[in-house]
Amino acid sequence: MIDYLIPLILFVVCALALGKRQNAYAALLEGAENGLRTLASILPSLILLLTAVAMLRASGAVEILSQLLCPVFSFFGIPPETALLVLIRPISGSAALAAGAELMATYGVNSPIGRTAAVMLGSTETTFYTISVYFGAAGISKTRYTIPAALFADFVGFFMASLTIRLLY
Amino acid sequence: MVMSWIFTALVLVSLVFSWLTGQGEALSGAVMQGAQSGVELSIAMAGAICLWSGVGNLMAQVGLTDRLARCLQPVLHRLFPTTCRDPLLAGDLSANICANFLGLGNAATPMGISAAKRMAHGPAASDELCRLIVLNTASIQLIPANVAALRTSLGCATPFDILPAVWITSLCSAGLGVAAAWVLGKLWRHD
Repeated sequence: MIDYLIPLILFVVCALALGKRQNAYAALLEGAENGLRTLASILPSLILLLTAVAMLRASGAVEILSQLLCPVFSFFGIPPETALLVLIRPISGSAALAAGAELMATYGVNSPIGRTAAVMLGSTETTFYTISVYFGAAGISKTRYTIPAALFADFVGFFMASLTIRLLY
Repeated sequence: MVMSWIFTALVLVSLVFSWLTGQGEALSGAVMQGAQSGVELSIAMAGAICLWSGVGNLMAQVGLTDRLARCLQPVLHRLFPTTCRDPLLAGDLSANICANFLGLGNAATPMGISAAKRMAHGPAASDELCRLIVLNTASIQLIPANVAALRTSLGCATPFDILPAVWITSLCSAGLGVAAAWVLGKLWRHD
């Protein structure tokens, strides 16, 4: 089923647009062009942050961090290798992407660690960035319990990413 | 400004640890390789990101967001009872959540911000506004296209095989996040 999901989405949106007499191809082109712009805007930060992550890995700091946090991570069944990704995910989206890419490249995209990293990236958000954008725009200074609740959601995400990968693959 | 501190801290930590572990040689190599892999990764991800961005644009154009919003109405009424009394606000709110679900981040943020602005009364966040933010930070996405692009760029032949795991994880984290917000809202009466 899942194998057909993406091609089906591609077909269904095109068919829907044609049914409404809309120019599907032009909309796809326009979106693809915007995608290129998005990519150009994240490319510089990916270069900088992959440099930082590669330095951290080469210096042995990532391993030491993993070992330090190993007791806590193992208790929840989260692979300690993902420590850097987990810590940086709520703060910076590009840094998390860099850390995730580095994990997948080091351990293999289809390894349990590579898959866990992918699910973590795919099911969590840059929490602090999102909170600051929304509350900043709305002029809210008392965030009350938003940060603990949002961080709890992140934790559930990291925990469930590890659990589902262990159980499903 | 935050990123300056983070970047400097990461470089400093690498320097200190490479000195402690005696990995100086590897460190300078890593600087150039890391930068290079940033470009390689971006180029390798370009195709998938652009294609999916095109699909997202088409989804928005055919009004898929509105259709989905109608399906989600019952859930949203339960989560945001006071907000949904204002039809304009309810529209922004459901459009924000649905655009997030379809992965249209660029479309989701402006609508979410306009909803948040109208939900804000005074400097303290209301319970429903907190819930909206928690939902936005939890990321419920049908197709995490960026991650799929990243996996493809690293040579994965089946980048979408993680989808069931992503769906289960997203549902649990969003559901428990909102539940946590609900419980905390009961406890956090005065502020």
